[in-house]
Amino acid sequence: MTSSLVSPPTNVSKTDIYLANLLTQSKQQKPVFNAEFIDELRQIASLEVSSQNFPSKKDEEWRFLDLLPLLEYDFKLASAVELTKQDIVPFILPEMAKSCLVFVNGIFSPVLSDVSALPQGVYVGNLTNLPLPQSKQIVKYLNKTTNLVAQGGSDVFSALNTAGISDVATVWVNADVEIEQPIQVLFVATQSPLTPLEKGGMLIQPRCLVVAQRGAKLTLVEYYGATAQGCSDTAPNQAYLTNSVTEIYLEDNAEVNHTRIQRESGKGFQIGQTAIAQARSSRYTCNEVNLGARLSRHNLTVNQVGEQTYTALNGLTMLANRQESDTHSVVSLTKPHGVVNQLHKCIVDDYSHSVFNGKVFVPKAAQLTNAVQLNRNLVLSSKARVDTKPELGITADNVKCAHGATVSQLQPDELFYLRSRGLSEDQARNLLLDAFAGEILQRIPVPSLQERLGQCVACRTF
Amino acid sequence: MSEVILSVRNLTANVDGQQILKGVNLEVKAGEIHAIMGRNGSGKSTFSKVLTGHPDYEVTGGEVIYKGENLLEKEPHERSLAGVFLAFQYPLEIPGVSNLEFLRVAYNARRKYQGLEEIDTFDFEDLIEEKLSVVSMNPSFLERSLNEGFSGGEKKRNEILQMALLEPTLGILDEIDSGLDIDALKIVSHGVNTIANSDNAFILITHYQRLLDYIQPHFVHVMYDGKIVKSGGKELALELETTGYDFLDEQQLVEVGV
Repeated sequence: MTSSLVSPPTNVSKTDIYLANLLTQSKQQKPVFNAEFIDELRQIASLEVSSQNFPSKKDEEWRFLDLLPLLEYDFKLASAVELTKQDIVPFILPEMAKSCLVFVNGIFSPVLSDVSALPQGVYVGNLTNLPLPQSKQIVKYLNKTTNLVAQGGSDVFSALNTAGISDVATVWVNADVEIEQPIQVLFVATQSPLTPLEKGGMLIQPRCLVVAQRGAKLTLVEYYGATAQGCSDTAPNQAYLTNSVTEIYLEDNAEVNHTRIQRESGKGFQIGQTAIAQARSSRYTCNEVNLGARLSRHNLTVNQVGEQTYTALNGLTMLANRQESDTHSVVSLTKPHGVVNQLHKCIVDDYSHSVFNGKVFVPKAAQLTNAVQLNRNLVLSSKARVDTKPELGITADNVKCAHGATVSQLQPDELFYLRSRGLSEDQARNLLLDAFAGEILQRIPVPSLQERLGQCVACRTF
Repeated sequence: MSEVILSVRNLTANVDGQQILKGVNLEVKAGEIHAIMGRNGSGKSTFSKVLTGHPDYEVTGGEVIYKGENLLEKEPHERSLAGVFLAFQYPLEIPGVSNLEFLRVAYNARRKYQGLEEIDTFDFEDLIEEKLSVVSMNPSFLERSLNEGFSGGEKKRNEILQMALLEPTLGILDEIDSGLDIDALKIVSHGVNTIANSDNAFILITHYQRLLDYIQPHFVHVMYDGKIVKSGGKELALELETTGYDFLDEQQLVEVGV
C-alpha cells in the first residue's frame, strides 16, 4: 500500500503564487512599534500563510463565494495618502466628531483623528502612542482571538494581515469605566497616485483591537468607506483589497455595542475578520451592515470563554448590480447559561449574490444555552442569488436552540394594498424595503448613522 | 339631478383564465349608497378588485367610467388618487411599516396629486388625532406596525380610518361587517355614515342585512353568477333575509328552460 501524506511539491498552482505575492506585499509594511512579540507574531503568521493554500470553492468555508475575481488584480501594498478633513466629512458622524480615530489606507492619520471628547480611563489611539500600562498588557490581547478562531480552522487572510501587522487602532476602556460617548474608528480607502490603474490595485490591511476590561461599557462604530464623489458605493477608478482584522475582548461583566459598516467602493474587495472573546457575564452586540464592495466576506467569530454571556448579532446586507457579499458567523459556546440572538437579513437585486453561513456550537459544557438564529432574504430580481446555511452543532442536552432561514420576494398583495392607498409602485416597494431593512437599522444606537443608512437604502431602491 | 360617479357597462373579467364577471351593469350617482349582496363566489369581491385594479384580475370586456374617465386605463394608485377607495375584506398585515408613517405617506401622495403642499409630521399628527375619533381608535394603534397583530375589528376600523383620512369620492367596502361583533359594527357604520355626504358615493358588499340596519342603502343589488340579476330598494335586502337566494336558482332554471 502506498500513500503519500505530503502533496507533491511540483505543480504549484497559480493561486498559491498569487497568495505568496500577497504575503510579500503584506510583509513590506514595517511595524511602527518595535517589540519582540510583534516580530514574533509576524513571523509565525507568515509561516502560517506559506503553509496554506489560497481558498477555493472546494473548501467547505468558501463553497459559495468564488475569489477568482481577486486574481484579476495585482495588489500592491497601499501607500500613505494625505487627506483633508473635508475629504472625510461624509464619514464623520456628528455624535462622534470628537471621538473618532481615522486611518487612511490602513495608516494612522493623527491630523484627521480627534479624540478630545473622551473621558479619563479610556485610550483611543494608535499603537505608537499607547500609554505605558496598556503597552505592558497588550501582548496578552493582540492576535489572541485569532488563535481562538484557529481552533476551528485557521483563516489564511487573518494570518496575512498579522504577517504585516504594523499599527493597530486601539480602543481600550479601563475596568469599571462606562462611556456614553460613542467611539468611531474610521478606515478610509483612497486612491494612491503611486499605484498603476491597469490591473493594479492596493492592498490595505487595517487592524483594530478593542479591550473592554472588567465592568467596562462602550459603543463602537467601525466604519469602512472609500473617498469618491457622491455615494461611496459608486465605483472610483481603482481596485483595492481591504483585508481587515478586528479583535474585541470583553472581560467579566463588560458590555460592547459594536456597529460595523462596510461601505467600500464598488471597485473594492473586502475580506474582514471580527473575532470576539467574551468572558463571564459580558454582553456583546454586533450590528453589521454591508452595502458596498464588489465582493466582500465577513467572518464574524464569537468565542465564549465564561458563563452567562449575552451575544446579539444583527446583520443587514443589501446588494445590487453584480455585488457579492458573504457573512460567515460562528458562535462558539463553551460554558453554561449563554444567550445568543442572531438575525441576519439580506436584500439582493439585479445579478447580486449573498451568502450567509451561521454556525452556533453548543457543546456538552454549554448547558442551559438559549440560542436563536434566523436568516431572512428578500430577492428582488430573478437573476439574483442567495445561499444560506444556518447551522447548529448541539451536543448539550438541556438547551433551547432554534434556527431558520427564509427566502422570499416582495408580496404582490402587500404591494397592491399599498398602491390601493395611492402609493406609486416605487413608493410601495420602498416602503416595504425600508420596513425589511428597518428591523436591523433601528438597532443601531447612533441616530445620525441610522438616518444615513436609511437614506442609503432608499436611494438604492429608487 | 346629481352627478354620475360610476357607470359600469357589460363588465366581464377573468381570474386565472376563468370568467368570473359575466356582464355587470351598475350606475352610481353622488350621494347614493348601493349595497351588493349575493352568495359566496357570485363575483362580488372580484367586482371590487376589478374596480381598484388588482393585477390578478383581467378585464375582458365592457367599460367602467368614473367621473367621465375610463377607470380601467388607470394604474391602481392612480385610481386611489382619483378618489376610489377599497376597504379590504382582509386588510393585509405589513410588519415593519408603522401605521402612522403609512397613513402620512398615503395622505401626502393624495395632497401632491391635488397640487397641495405635503404636510409635515407634526401637522399630520394633529390631523390624524381628529380622524381617530371617527372610528373611536386608540392613538396607540398609530405606533404599531400596519395591521400587525390587530384583531379583526381593529383591522376594519383601521380601514375606515384610512377612508376618513383619504376622503374618497367612491368608497367600496368589501364585507366590512364580516367578523365584527355588534359594538364594532356600530363603530364602523358610524364611521361610514360620518364620511358619507351628497358629493360622494358608497358600494357596500355584504352577505348580511344586519349591516344595512346601520348604513341605510338607497339601492340593493343581487349578484348571481357574475351578473347583477335583481335590483331594488332597501326592502329587497329584507326580502333576501327571509327568502334566501334560492329563488335565483329557480329563476335561472326558468330562463334556461325558455
